[in-house]
Amino acid sequence: MRIGIPVETYAGEKRVATVPEIVVKLIKLGFTVAVESGAGDAANFSDEAYRTAGAQIVADAANLWAESDIVFKVTVPTSSEVELMRAGGILIGFIWPAQNPELMQQLAAKHATVLAIDCLPRQLSRAQKMDALTSQAGVAGYRAVIEAANVFGRFFNGQITAAGKVPPAKVFIAGAGVAGLAAIGTAAGLGAIVRANDTRAEVADQVKSLGGEFVKVEYEEEGCGGGGYAKVMSEGFLQAQREMYAKQAREVDIIITTALIPGRPAPRLITAEMVQAMRPGSVIVDMAAERGGNCELTEPGCVVVKHGVTIVGYTDLNSRLARQSSTLYGNNLFRLAEELCKTRDGIINVNMEDDAIRGLTVINNGEITWPAPALKLPAAKPAVSAKPAPAHGSSAAPAPAGKTAALFLAAALLFLLIGAYAPAAFLGHFTVFVLACFVGYMVVWNVTPALHTPLMSVTNAISSIIAIGALVQIAPPLTEGLARPDGLIRALAVAGIALTSVNMFGGFAVTRRMLAMFRK
Amino acid sequence: MSASLVTVSYIAAIILFILSLGGLSSPESSRRGNLYGMLGMSIAVLATVAGPHVTLAGLPWIMAAMLAGGSIGLYAARKVQMTQMPELVALMHSLVGLAAMVVGYANDIDPVAALNLSGAEKSIHELEVYAGILIGAVTFAGSLIAFGKLSGKIGGKPLLLPGRHLLNLAGLLLVIAFGWQFMHVESISAGMLALSLMTVIALLFGIHMVMAIGGADMPVVVSMLNSYSGWAAAATGFMLNNDLLIVVGALVGSSGAILSYIMCRAMNRNFLSVIAGGFGGAKLTKKVDGDATPAGEVVSVSAIETAELLLEAKSVIIVPGYGMAVAQAQHTVFEITKLLREKGINVRFGIHPVAGRMPGHMNVLLAEARVPYDIVMEMDELNADFPETDVAMVIGANDIVNPAAQDDPSSPIAGMPVLEVWRAKTSIVMKRSMAAGYAGVDNPLFYKENNRMLFGDAKKMLEEVFVALKA
Repeated sequence: MRIGIPVETYAGEKRVATVPEIVVKLIKLGFTVAVESGAGDAANFSDEAYRTAGAQIVADAANLWAESDIVFKVTVPTSSEVELMRAGGILIGFIWPAQNPELMQQLAAKHATVLAIDCLPRQLSRAQKMDALTSQAGVAGYRAVIEAANVFGRFFNGQITAAGKVPPAKVFIAGAGVAGLAAIGTAAGLGAIVRANDTRAEVADQVKSLGGEFVKVEYEEEGCGGGGYAKVMSEGFLQAQREMYAKQAREVDIIITTALIPGRPAPRLITAEMVQAMRPGSVIVDMAAERGGNCELTEPGCVVVKHGVTIVGYTDLNSRLARQSSTLYGNNLFRLAEELCKTRDGIINVNMEDDAIRGLTVINNGEITWPAPALKLPAAKPAVSAKPAPAHGSSAAPAPAGKTAALFLAAALLFLLIGAYAPAAFLGHFTVFVLACFVGYMVVWNVTPALHTPLMSVTNAISSIIAIGALVQIAPPLTEGLARPDGLIRALAVAGIALTSVNMFGGFAVTRRMLAMFRK
Repeated sequence: MSASLVTVSYIAAIILFILSLGGLSSPESSRRGNLYGMLGMSIAVLATVAGPHVTLAGLPWIMAAMLAGGSIGLYAARKVQMTQMPELVALMHSLVGLAAMVVGYANDIDPVAALNLSGAEKSIHELEVYAGILIGAVTFAGSLIAFGKLSGKIGGKPLLLPGRHLLNLAGLLLVIAFGWQFMHVESISAGMLALSLMTVIALLFGIHMVMAIGGADMPVVVSMLNSYSGWAAAATGFMLNNDLLIVVGALVGSSGAILSYIMCRAMNRNFLSVIAGGFGGAKLTKKVDGDATPAGEVVSVSAIETAELLLEAKSVIIVPGYGMAVAQAQHTVFEITKLLREKGINVRFGIHPVAGRMPGHMNVLLAEARVPYDIVMEMDELNADFPETDVAMVIGANDIVNPAAQDDPSSPIAGMPVLEVWRAKTSIVMKRSMAAGYAGVDNPLFYKENNRMLFGDAKKMLEEVFVALKA
């Protein structure tokens, strides 16, 4: 089947749905790829590069849409683009079905099959490789820090120079989702002191792992709303949160806000008073600008200076790093294509039994299948902590008293029995035997497990001591007047000696060979 | 040489044997330990030959027998592959068992042995002969079957006869009955029938016992037979009134018993249940009807991607299993280890106590491939380090890295201590196919998000990895 890559028509959009290196992989999957001329220009991928990778360059959008079985897009298609689409075609890209009901109707009327990358069931672990929201948010988080650094008047890292001391910048990041974590890592990497907050307390460890400091809201409430997103919090919590933000606003140089709740306007975290309280020259980057902004004074798409604070409200952070965003997005779509085309023959199979594909598919052959039914995830089993085995050689906890007592009783009975009936000569040997068992027990516990095989082969060699039994039988001093079947006994004894000699020599020799190999 | 001198020599030999086992507590002292063992053995044999029980007439026979047996032994020791050690050890156990039988029979027909014995002493002597032959026969037959299984001449699947426990019980009762008969006959020839019948039963019992045990339990079986060969020697010692044999037999017997215990503990299994047999078999059926296939997706990687993962890592733990031994891949493993260590990557080996087919099997293979023993760790030593490990590479192992042992109380291997490779940032499992391990248990590790599968013959794949690493 043929995959088409159109030029993104959304104003200011610089990304492209696939890049040359992924074109090669798509062709390996059995697809043919057509790219509209100039599709990659804004992301620094020339037509020539696509052609070298094996793609066909199509001059205009009308032809591309008409000739492609599958269209990969980044942004939500416009209605004029949908007009160009062939009936029964497949479209893969961002759709946001909840916000675009008319578009959904229009696509359904085209009998299209539409996979909305934004509808991916992100809680499936195997969906991660296709998660474009994550990959794009990561790029945006990085870029947000770069934008902040661009308008901030000082270094990020503290320095002591000949000209004097420079204090490190203090950065506060609101929301530790993918974008927030990327921002934390980037800012910490530049040398800033990074603090971050999130309503989900469990991300504290992730914040710390990236070099940030987690700032808690002094209020008890669980903020995880499923699917990796935060939920709307209670009024008491919000009050405590506002106080915390106000305090941070007074202290830090840069605030980056990333707070978004799915399907709702962005929460207002930074009020005009907080902006006023910030030091002049401070910077706010509002990554939620497109959805109204986390800051009251944000103007979407613009950089404004209010109360001496620069407020960056760019909504195109991804386009500002178009090459990186496009590469990651292209990879996400390639992984999706792999899932759709498990046979690797260039034919897409939309398997609605597959949880991930089911979630992605918002329109199947003109039939609206959005929203997908909720996933049934297996409940996590509580981990059974295995009882740690006592370390080798160390003494374990004493056995239960009852068991020990029973053991002692049995031993006492056995000894009583032996003592009552056995002759004196036997008892002498028995003493030796029992003591030897204990010596063996003590000695062998000290053997390191690495040498268990040599231990077996050396004990094997040693047990050839049975040879002595055969040796004393072979030609004992004659006793008068006894008919002894000498020949037969000798034959048996010779056999016994020969057998044990195999062990005696072989066992020691092979042990020696093995031990010689153990070296540092 | 007087009898007293012989006794003193025996004491010296005993001390040397104990020192020999004690020497194995570390690889440095182990070589000297082996020397002590040889010295002890030489003293014991020479003292016996020079002692009052052997006349000059026997000397040529002794020389000839020892020369024949010794040269076979030395030849085998030189030729054996390190991967075949379990087979060799099993075969040698069978020789000890056979020798114990032969000595027992010779003693039984020797009228000198029971001379001057009467009453309880005579009964005890007869009991000793009987028990010596019994243990010897079981050891001989069992070890021979173990050898067959380990060398692949007999299938590794447990043979489960219907009513096998009853069969064993019947055998035991018959052995006791024949024993009673044997001790209450007048002449040697009259007792011979009971003795022979018992021997046949004991041989059958030995065969049946080992046939019923599955491949994964082989380490327990091998150490158990090791123990039996010791008890056979001890029984012979009682029979001949020889303290040296008793002591050595007891040392070897308890050594084997401890090894069996360690192996059982490492599998979280009861010793009796291993001996009763049938691991694997019963569990397989369980797996089929329970549809608890782990959720998730198996992600396979190529040798080149594996090499990339290894090169990006700072710390690597390699977990070898029986599959490495089968593929003879230990040398390639060492080449890879050397290369990674030269690049400053911290490579260590994690050895599970029951990895392979006998205790310490993996250690010997790695030592053969010249892997330094100070980077070969026991499970307990490095299990806590997996979270800080970048890549855990599992080569031909399955059950010993199965997270179900910890997470799934209904799993047949629940509670068995395992190497927690899934806690590493990435785990790579090299395996021939998705087949279950010897325990017949599906492994949820393969479906973990951070796990990668490298399918193929271990040696071939490792060689490809090595080539990719060098490139």
